[in-house]
Amino acid sequence: MNRRLMMRSGMTAFFVSFAFQFAQAQFPASGTSAATQAGSALSIPQAQLIQPEVLNQLLRATGTEKPLVLQVGSHVLYAEAHIPGSEYAGPGSQQAGLEALKSRMTSVPRKDFIVIYCGCCPWNHCPNIAPAFTKLQEMGFTNVKVLYLADNFGTNWVGKGYPVERGR
Amino acid sequence: MRHFSPRRFALLYSLLGMLVGAGMTPMAFAASPLLHKRAPEFVRTDLNRKRMDLKTYRGKVVLLNFWATWCAPCQIEMPSFVAWQKKYGPRGLQVIGISMDDDPASARDLYRKLKLNYPVAMGDEKLGQLYGGIFGLPETFLIDRHGRVSAEYQGETDLKSIETQLQTLLPNHRKIGPHYR
Repeated sequence: MNRRLMMRSGMTAFFVSFAFQFAQAQFPASGTSAATQAGSALSIPQAQLIQPEVLNQLLRATGTEKPLVLQVGSHVLYAEAHIPGSEYAGPGSQQAGLEALKSRMTSVPRKDFIVIYCGCCPWNHCPNIAPAFTKLQEMGFTNVKVLYLADNFGTNWVGKGYPVERGR
Repeated sequence: MRHFSPRRFALLYSLLGMLVGAGMTPMAFAASPLLHKRAPEFVRTDLNRKRMDLKTYRGKVVLLNFWATWCAPCQIEMPSFVAWQKKYGPRGLQVIGISMDDDPASARDLYRKLKLNYPVAMGDEKLGQLYGGIFGLPETFLIDRHGRVSAEYQGETDLKSIETQLQTLLPNHRKIGPHYR
């Protein structure tokens, strides 16, 4: 009886701890009111986030709607490696970058499926993604997802073996 | 025969669960392809229009830091690099900054604002690819006196761990312990 109790309590503790740690890594923690203010990546609703593995599968699948993918961060980092087929439309942290994004998206139907990403630095420090997301919302786009890169593009996309292209 | 209480068993499995769960998170690091290999050589012109040739620093410990003005974690750590250049420079440390900004004007502004006391040059995708792909910032390499990459730090890093490692690379590093002084 004692051995059975030991096994049950041990396995329960194992799975609860595992689930907690794993779940924490999949989505950004909800921040304080200061952290979720406009301009912070933490202000983007979790329902608008898309995980790298999900986007990768979506882009590889045949017969499904493909999103227009835009990198809204650093042009140098984009040139080093970017998601195949994605376009550069940034940086979101600068007015000139937001104007470039607006100019690119002016003629795009507002219901089109759009994915934006950056990956310059850890999610909660990214200066580009939230302003770009806000700009698209202001323009009336209703189907925008944001690629959640917890650490950076290298760790969360390239390091996972997902495909990349190079060049400006 | 040793007896395990249910509490001890549960604690052990909790720890195991946390370790396994954490290991499957995006925070798991991959080994750098440059580690222990000769650091790729490059020649650039720094922001003060001086020639920057990595191989001329052979014999010194080089802290090569990739950063950008839009990178908040970069700006947090750079004052420490300024302090280390001052403290360890006489012992053979050379800090080198590579700005991955698109615009050198913004890099120059921050260079002056932070009063950087080490050379900074503009990077680009070519230099980034030479260093295994700089896909996120900050990224810092420690290069030993023989020109080999001793360590690589991706993203936000505990500065104490970088400082400890660079101290071991400097000449006349003395171990403090029960048998040494």
